[in-house]
Amino acid sequence: MSAGLAFDNVTCLRGGRILFEGLCWALGPGEAGLVLGPNGVGKSSLIRIAAGLLAPLGGRVTGEGARALLSEAAALDAERTLVAALGFWAGLEGRRAAVAEALDAVGLADIADVPVRLLSTGQRRRAAFARVLASGAPVWLLDEPANGLDTASVAMLEARIAEHRAAGGIALVATHQPIALPGAREIRW
Amino acid sequence: MVTALVWRELRRAWSSGGLVLPIAFFLLVAILFPFAVGPDGRLLARIGGGVIWAAALLAALLPVERLVTPDAESGVLDQLVVRGYSDASIAAAKMLGHWLGFGPALLAATCVAAALLHVPGAALGTILLGLAIGTPGLAALGVATAALVAGLRGAGALAGLVMLPFAVPLLIFGAGASGGEPGAIKLLAAISLLLVAGCPWVAGAAMRMGRG
Repeated sequence: MSAGLAFDNVTCLRGGRILFEGLCWALGPGEAGLVLGPNGVGKSSLIRIAAGLLAPLGGRVTGEGARALLSEAAALDAERTLVAALGFWAGLEGRRAAVAEALDAVGLADIADVPVRLLSTGQRRRAAFARVLASGAPVWLLDEPANGLDTASVAMLEARIAEHRAAGGIALVATHQPIALPGAREIRW
Repeated sequence: MVTALVWRELRRAWSSGGLVLPIAFFLLVAILFPFAVGPDGRLLARIGGGVIWAAALLAALLPVERLVTPDAESGVLDQLVVRGYSDASIAAAKMLGHWLGFGPALLAATCVAAALLHVPGAALGTILLGLAIGTPGLAALGVATAALVAGLRGAGALAGLVMLPFAVPLLIFGAGASGGEPGAIKLLAAISLLLVAGCPWVAGAAMRMGRG
């Protein structure tokens, strides 16, 4: 898959404060970016700018290929079953068939028929990650993907990211927890 | 693809009871009015059209809090924008879903309300026509208001204050049309069209501001 994501001199202003200024980096197929830094430094804002949800104060975001976002909010309808809630999003992209495989890949296939409101924090997180998998987007934007995950699930997350990169995808990961991303480019300021 | 969004709105309205409540509220007003005003059939028939319109307006306002706020908080709007949906098209889908949720049911309930209020059959036709033209405007206004007050404290009460001035023209021309005023139905259609055409942009801009 062809993929690309680049920040060109990007400056971010939030709440009257410059969070970062003149940030430049580029990721090509198979590469990963690791956004590091303490709380409040602007990691989430960087992910939201990369997703096109926030307009940067200055600079440009360029890229190639569809982007999939994993943010703090799960965006799954609480009253629906897991498979139906994910199916809505996959259906928007015409990829409903990918849901079962994605649920299997994150280890939630057994509880596909459980309503989303009954899921635990970690399960919800993995469900949101399953949406990223099912989207088939070449560029993954993951904001704190390891939050609420147990050790086994973090290993699963690392394995899925590695597979995605091996297939030529890009992963931009903002985290304050250790996630093993071999050869990832560190982005900090 | 927008069909999927409209369908989701409808399904959420069903499952949260948002479909039954406005209609129940609407009928409640129609039931209470004759008790409050007294059983004078001619008086009821004269004010019936206005009562139905005021009740319809308030019924359209009832589900305002669940139209945009839950989606903004749960990240659904973010995910839609990442997938390339424009804010205005999301708002337009919400308007259509909101209208389908309460519009047709409200028209059906109006027949019951008209009987309770002694509205004669000929006037009922005009009221139904007026509501069919005016309710899309009410739905559009409801979504725009919901987007404007999303995430604020006391959003429900604030929504009423924000929406009311814009709903007043609909109310004047709607009630006027049901009273047989010539030309009122055309002015009602003009106001409704203006709201339907303008509100997606207003709601879209409000949702975009809410993200920043």
